[in-house]
Amino acid sequence: MITAFFNQMPVLVVVVPLLAAPLCVLAHRAFAAWLIYCLASWAAFAMAFLLFVEAKIAGQVSYAVGNWAPPFGIELVIDTYSALVLLLVTGVAALTGLYARKSIASEIAIEREYLVFALMLLCLAGLVGITVTGDAFNLFVFLEISSLSSYALIAMGPKRRALLSSFQYLIMGTVGGTFLLIGIGLIFMMTGTLNMADLADRLPEVYATRTAQAGLAFIVVGLSLKAALMPAHIWLPNAYTYAPSAISAFIAATATKVAVYALFRFVFTVFGAGYAFGTLPLGIVLLALAAVSMIAGSLASIFQTDVKRLLAWSSVAQMGYIVAGFALATPGGVSAGLVHLLNHGLIKGALFMAVGAMVWRVRASSINDLAGLGRAMPLTSAAFVIGGLSLIGVPATAGFISKWALMSALFDAQHYGVMALLLVASLLSIIYVGRVIEALYFRPLPDDVSHHKHGEAPLGMQVATWALIAINVVIGLHATPELEASARAAAALVGGSA
Amino acid sequence: MSSLWLLILVAWPALMAAPIALVGRWPNVRETVSVLTGMALLVGVARFIAPIAAGARPEFSVFSILPGLDLAFALEPFGLIFALIAAALWPLTTLYAAGYMRGNDEPNQTRFFICFALAISAAIGMALSANLLTLFVFYEMMTLVTYPLVTHHGDIESRNGGRVYIGILMTTSIGLFLPAIVITWLIAGNVDFTPGGVFAGTGLGGLAAMGLYSLFIYGVGKAAVMPMHRWLPAAMVAPTPVSALLHAVAVVKAGVFSVLKITVYIFGIDFLHVTGASQPFIWLAAFTLLAASVVAIYCDNLKKRLAYSTIGQLSYIVLGAALASRLGATAGGLHIVTHAFGKITLFFCAGAIYTAVHRKYVSQLNGLGRAMPLTFTAFTIAAISLIGLPPMAGAWSKWYLMSGALDVQTQMVLVVLALSSLLNIVYLLDIPARAFFLPGDDKMPRGFAEAPAACVVPLMVTASACLVLFFYARPIIAFIDTAFGSAS
Repeated sequence: MITAFFNQMPVLVVVVPLLAAPLCVLAHRAFAAWLIYCLASWAAFAMAFLLFVEAKIAGQVSYAVGNWAPPFGIELVIDTYSALVLLLVTGVAALTGLYARKSIASEIAIEREYLVFALMLLCLAGLVGITVTGDAFNLFVFLEISSLSSYALIAMGPKRRALLSSFQYLIMGTVGGTFLLIGIGLIFMMTGTLNMADLADRLPEVYATRTAQAGLAFIVVGLSLKAALMPAHIWLPNAYTYAPSAISAFIAATATKVAVYALFRFVFTVFGAGYAFGTLPLGIVLLALAAVSMIAGSLASIFQTDVKRLLAWSSVAQMGYIVAGFALATPGGVSAGLVHLLNHGLIKGALFMAVGAMVWRVRASSINDLAGLGRAMPLTSAAFVIGGLSLIGVPATAGFISKWALMSALFDAQHYGVMALLLVASLLSIIYVGRVIEALYFRPLPDDVSHHKHGEAPLGMQVATWALIAINVVIGLHATPELEASARAAAALVGGSA
Repeated sequence: MSSLWLLILVAWPALMAAPIALVGRWPNVRETVSVLTGMALLVGVARFIAPIAAGARPEFSVFSILPGLDLAFALEPFGLIFALIAAALWPLTTLYAAGYMRGNDEPNQTRFFICFALAISAAIGMALSANLLTLFVFYEMMTLVTYPLVTHHGDIESRNGGRVYIGILMTTSIGLFLPAIVITWLIAGNVDFTPGGVFAGTGLGGLAAMGLYSLFIYGVGKAAVMPMHRWLPAAMVAPTPVSALLHAVAVVKAGVFSVLKITVYIFGIDFLHVTGASQPFIWLAAFTLLAASVVAIYCDNLKKRLAYSTIGQLSYIVLGAALASRLGATAGGLHIVTHAFGKITLFFCAGAIYTAVHRKYVSQLNGLGRAMPLTFTAFTIAAISLIGLPPMAGAWSKWYLMSGALDVQTQMVLVVLALSSLLNIVYLLDIPARAFFLPGDDKMPRGFAEAPAACVVPLMVTASACLVLFFYARPIIAFIDTAFGSAS
């Protein structure tokens, strides 16, 4: 029985949230739907952890869906790379569950709450599916599941602008999805297979063809759109700003990260680093875009007046850091990119949760509206400060570990210019984080203020926020396990010693 | 003695911040706890003097932050001296702060004492750090926990001061110091503080070493080498006890201490001497110390004048390090001690004057010497020590600095130092001269008008130390000398 469960785990981690979603709709009551969400997401998190351990021991876990042997059936493959991203996605989803109850209740009408939880489960199922699948077309299907559900989630935001931003995201996201599909179609045409391992075997024969090159190009562009890499970032600031707070936290911490994961899964596992970075100049293209993202995202962030939008622009910049690491295609670089992918998910999740707690009280998210909250909400503000320090990359936080790893990798690869830009971007982050902190602590609460709620945020929101903050600090103090795991993942992707 | 003590010493002030917070309601209990914590720390640090002098180098590794890089503590003479200074002056400053904060009805006193304890913890952490990464962790911690102290008043002025403070310190540390550490790690594969340095045999050339050394010197913004000095005058918006202990001792000494550690234990004096990588910094430091002294002459705000004086004095230590000679580094270590006692006395005096008569400009001090004779006597003693005249402790550090300069054939440094002493006389002795010899204005208090005893006693203690240390400089020098072991 136990072994049977363990054997089925790779598929259960997708199926559980996928089947729980219609259960939420059937349950219809907000509380019941929330309970189902929590059970399913925590179960997925527990399974993700077990899969991570299994992947660590075995190197790779493979599962044939419906017992159809690959490459004919759909194969699920979990190696350390996917297991780490899986842990991030399910972990944040589980914590968002704790957070969402009160946060959603304050922003969305009670008769529609169950829909939010159902959609979140669908989104989670899609994201999990992308990380575990070993099949190119299957990846596209899961990407669409997660995308469609996230359009709907963003549209549920309390302001009317949410509809417009959701529509914007829908257009951009659909273009991205279509590009991905065209790319997959092209390589399928050349190789006759959709299984990633099988593709990797057969693609070298057709490397020289325009079709294969175009396939790679379509896939990279399509997934860069979903990853909000400049100049395809346009949808992101609006989407993060107008989504319900809990959704902002969940999507900011997971969706773009999973897109980056998929991008480099295709680049490294399917096409191979030698082809993409040796034969074709993908490295320099991605590095240039990453550098632009870092600087432009940080600069834009400085001039925002809305905290959620400020954090969203900072995400654009941080995606640049992540891609810069991967684009080096060295073991150190890929490992550093992966480390920052995880750490940034944790940082941004924590920051959006802290801001969401402030929104819960103030019902607004412009910097001016947060004035004086340092005294009114000491715990939440402290969480924001620590999260902000992690974003800057102060030692003893996860952000510092990312900076260290990225700088080492860039210096090793002799990209001194990008290294300097990374430092400049970090310095810019001091300014935008500082602006929020000054508003929290240095401005008094306005006298005539009438906040929607009083006191600190509810317990569930506090627990989720501080859990992410605590993980940030723990990683900052003792990053060795994380770095060793990501080095293993990088070694599997681009070779080199673990 | 167990090396676990190293961790305990670092954690002790931070842990005691909790009880200080809990008893915050009763100021007397709170201050008693603070002072006792400080004295216990001093005893704990002092216990290491004999073993370190005998050549012991205790080490303690807490856990690994990154693979191959631990959060680790180790004790050696420079670190012990810095730790001793911080631990010795903390209880005194707490006593002084109790008088000052109450005398001026400052708000948020409990937060003040908590941040103070955390800052001391960071100072001890830096003093005891075994590698650059550990040093950096506590360096940043110190920047962050002193920020609420600098912006204590919470008004526009302190917010702007705080912006400059954190802006410059974080920009230099993240923009220059951190990359310097990463580069060192990648080149040498080792960022442990190692006698003789870590670069021997790595093929690091002279020019590259010079670039890396400058990343370190400017990256350690707390050493306030121009043009990275602006944060120090900006930090003067803080209450005076903060300026006294943190911006005359703990924070700035942490900066120059880092410079000394990096010079002696990362680059190694011999390596620097051979490559000449630190040569330019002799002159950049010389420029800083002269320029800062000239600026100080024109500062009417007393605390600001002292801040520029500090910038100049810090560059003595940077200069000592940059000379790349044993005598120079020894002079730097000694000057950490003598300047600490001298400058904290001056700030204590400035705060005492403010508490007693609420004056903060030099031009308002005429004739005040008759009302505050103890304060101004202490001020004079400390000023003479900083100028470097016998029979005050400062004479020795200047003496050794000059010997160090002669040792490496840079006679021009002597001229610079002599000139600097003259400038010091102008801007420091000006103050007691006004107070004692010029007639006061009509608002001047008649008769004896000293600040509360809690303010006056600490400044008399530190002033006496300036005198006493003149006669006991030899053991300190011998102690610092053990840092070089038998290597050279």
